[in-house]
Amino acid sequence: MSYHEAPTIAASDAPRLDQNDRPTLRFVTCGSVDDGKSTLVGRLLYDSKTLLDDQLDALASESRTAGTTGGDLDFALLVDGLQAEREQGITIDVAYRFFATKLRRFIVADTPGHAQYTRNMATGASNADLAVVLVDARKGVITQTRRHSHILSLLGIRHVVLAVNKMDLIGFDGDRFAAITAEYLTLAGQLGISQVQCIPVVAPDGDNIVAASARMPWYTGPTVTAYLESVDVEGDVSQRPFRLPVQWVNRPHADFRGFCGRIASGTIRAGDAVAVQPSGRQTRVARILTPGGERDRATAGESITLTLADEVDVSRGDVLSAGSAPQISDQLAAHLVWFDDEAMAAGRRYVLKCGTASTGAVISTLKHRIAIDTMAEESAATLDANEIGHVHLSLDRPLVFEAYRDDRDMGSFILIDPISHRTAAAGMIDISLCRATNIHRHRLAVDKSVRARLKQQRPCVLWFTGLSGAGKSTIADLVDRRLAELGRHAALLDGDNLRHGINRDLGFSSAERMENVRRVAEIAALFVDAGMIALVALISPFRNERALARQRVEAGEFIEIHVATPLAECERRDPKGLYRKARAGELPGFTGIDDPYEAPQAPEITIDTSELSSEAACERIIGYLRDNHYL
Amino acid sequence: MLDIPVTTGPALPGAADGKPTRATTSHLRRLEAESIHILRETAAEFRKPVMLYSIGKDSSVLLHLAMKAFHPGKPPFPLMHIDTTWKFREMIAFRDMRARELGLDLIIHTNNAGLSQGIDPFTHGSARYTDVMKTQALRQALDLHGFDAAIGGARRDEEKSRAKERVFSHRSTAHRWDPKNQRPELWSLYNTLLAPGESMRVFPLSNWTELDIWDYILLEDIPIVPLYLAASRPVVERDGALIMVDDERMPLRPNEEPRWRSVRFRTLGCYPLTGATSSTAVTLPEIVREMMASRTSERQGRMIDRDSPASMERKKAEGYF
Repeated sequence: MSYHEAPTIAASDAPRLDQNDRPTLRFVTCGSVDDGKSTLVGRLLYDSKTLLDDQLDALASESRTAGTTGGDLDFALLVDGLQAEREQGITIDVAYRFFATKLRRFIVADTPGHAQYTRNMATGASNADLAVVLVDARKGVITQTRRHSHILSLLGIRHVVLAVNKMDLIGFDGDRFAAITAEYLTLAGQLGISQVQCIPVVAPDGDNIVAASARMPWYTGPTVTAYLESVDVEGDVSQRPFRLPVQWVNRPHADFRGFCGRIASGTIRAGDAVAVQPSGRQTRVARILTPGGERDRATAGESITLTLADEVDVSRGDVLSAGSAPQISDQLAAHLVWFDDEAMAAGRRYVLKCGTASTGAVISTLKHRIAIDTMAEESAATLDANEIGHVHLSLDRPLVFEAYRDDRDMGSFILIDPISHRTAAAGMIDISLCRATNIHRHRLAVDKSVRARLKQQRPCVLWFTGLSGAGKSTIADLVDRRLAELGRHAALLDGDNLRHGINRDLGFSSAERMENVRRVAEIAALFVDAGMIALVALISPFRNERALARQRVEAGEFIEIHVATPLAECERRDPKGLYRKARAGELPGFTGIDDPYEAPQAPEITIDTSELSSEAACERIIGYLRDNHYL
Repeated sequence: MLDIPVTTGPALPGAADGKPTRATTSHLRRLEAESIHILRETAAEFRKPVMLYSIGKDSSVLLHLAMKAFHPGKPPFPLMHIDTTWKFREMIAFRDMRARELGLDLIIHTNNAGLSQGIDPFTHGSARYTDVMKTQALRQALDLHGFDAAIGGARRDEEKSRAKERVFSHRSTAHRWDPKNQRPELWSLYNTLLAPGESMRVFPLSNWTELDIWDYILLEDIPIVPLYLAASRPVVERDGALIMVDDERMPLRPNEEPRWRSVRFRTLGCYPLTGATSSTAVTLPEIVREMMASRTSERQGRMIDRDSPASMERKKAEGYF
């Protein structure tokens, strides 16, 4: 067969979409290696006449040189984009393809069948409305089919097309097709996949892809294309209560303060009452600005800017809500698909991103691992890459969310490794663990502004970070003394000293070092609440941990001081003899030697003690506090 | 020198009678909402983002979306153009006018080292020229200004290796893309964390197709460089492509004589490397009609993709946009 047999397209024949307003269908394809996924997608592209002459020429020539079809058109080559994949003959990553028929536009995520790439399938499924699951008619429903279907169900996919491929290799046996169908429907029933359409196909030849197959007259159902064109996957997200995760506060000038974001669910009208979550403050919507101009109404999926009737405190990560209140908690139960090659570590701190909010999160318990082939719950100590588990999470601060099954945008999250910055896991929130979540914090009559006025100072954290021996403690001590002379109230939290007290249970593993920093940040925040100036002297090598410490207090209350003495100078001083030990291999994981120090990118103050005396450094910090009205 | 007047502004020829005939409005509005979300995430999550402005139709759409995303404010990042000095003159005039009209910061960067070495597309070949004047120039500019995120107008439908690229695509400290080690992207959640010296390329138009771009330009009346519309232009036929003689620097081969023909461009870049198509489409609706009947893809007009198989993938790994 050659591409020249493809009918030429007259303009009137080309994909046209004006007839109706059927939404773009996003679907994902999954199946085992060699089930023919890429061929099926290539065939859909080919039959939809989306391919153009130069692409067809390239396909014909590549089919001859790199194809696996003996010189016939190898449709898989249309999809397997990367050179390495072509050489290996398998798809190794998610590829997005676009095509359109007369009735609908499609975005298809082609995902790998290889076991170690389960994460890519979860990725493709996270934005899909429907999945096309391929099975080889000779093999039927196999372990991989169960695995993929389970991931689809976890990711909330309710519509599946089961494409039973390679029917030609079983002699177009209708009984065998019926048996595979029955087996899959049982599986789908167990998984809560409510809509399944099974279709027998021969992907390379196009049987039942666009045109009904003359070789399988016993099959009277829709073709793959016909089904995809007509299926209705619309959810009821616009009918749910209004939720707007705030992305960006737009303040171009003093007279305008707008809150930007994409509406996760519901509909909002000008004048509606809304609450700022998690603070719970109430106000009304003043104006709704959309990309098409000011309007009196906006609905789920739109990117808008709202202005509010009152001056309330709203920042990125907050959620504007109307109707019933969303869930708010710092304790969650969730399903995780583990992505990272580094196994999950309970007790370790990750960055959790949900909607527009980011917070530190610790996996407090791994309740069980799910054996993906049998769906049995097994006890386990950890999750490796491509494993799925049910966990409890403890967050640094309350999160505004909904259960994933009700709202994909408000119920999904990712965990990021704070050191490698790899995306470690994808999560789907089941429930809040603390039913009393809607208790707002008791508002205290004497708050920090009252206390600060008493002391005639603005409370803040002075966070000294830098290598061991840089001079952090020395300078912090001078600043502490100077503040006392000025009659101000400060407290010095020294990393070494704290390790003799509150942190004496902690060692020096990366998890314990992170916990060390977290505790110090919490204590510093308590001092700020008490109206005091907290001085922290801590190596705190990771930018992300310092960012979390910064988040514990309000904007303007965190002053990062980088004591940027060069490593060579610190090592020359070596006041505690630690560098010598580290160089001798006695202190593995020593910052600056065999563990990284991530210098601050935009510290409020930078001090290099090889150029500045400790006294001069102290005066510079006091000057900064005066200039910025902390004193 | 040829004197070609630049016409632009909202009153683009043909836009007045053009209503989107192909894409449904709601389809374009969904793409618009997604792109605006991505632009706002970029502004919120990075220390110092920049928008790469290449003056083409995709950049025009991107700029239009950025203006909307931060309205009534201005985009909280500058525009940057990597100027190879071989762009069509009409592109440069259009670039300067748009930046002025919108009151935006425009950074223009040229690889002066390459320029002083006399690197040009004729004597050094398109591969070496592109590497020096585009890829290396872009890296220089990102390093010079310390940008940690660069927003570009690439689309996944352009080319196979692009189809696998993330919306937020990580670059190493050496600006390299590692296609086998990409961060997974789920839902609308983007992992934007960077180590010092690393950066991100951000592609808000990832899910748009070429036709979506034209439909949206039509729907929103977005100004574009007039080179996209057919006009009589001086061209020579070279290596199977129609190359416009935009200025006197272009060395003509024996037997080459510029002829005035009615042509337009589907993509815009450096004029010696950009093939024109014969066309009489002088309005946007006519362009869209021509495209519906088209049997070739837009990258066909780009000479650099043809250097070698998988050439785009290698260029991307090296830091080409």
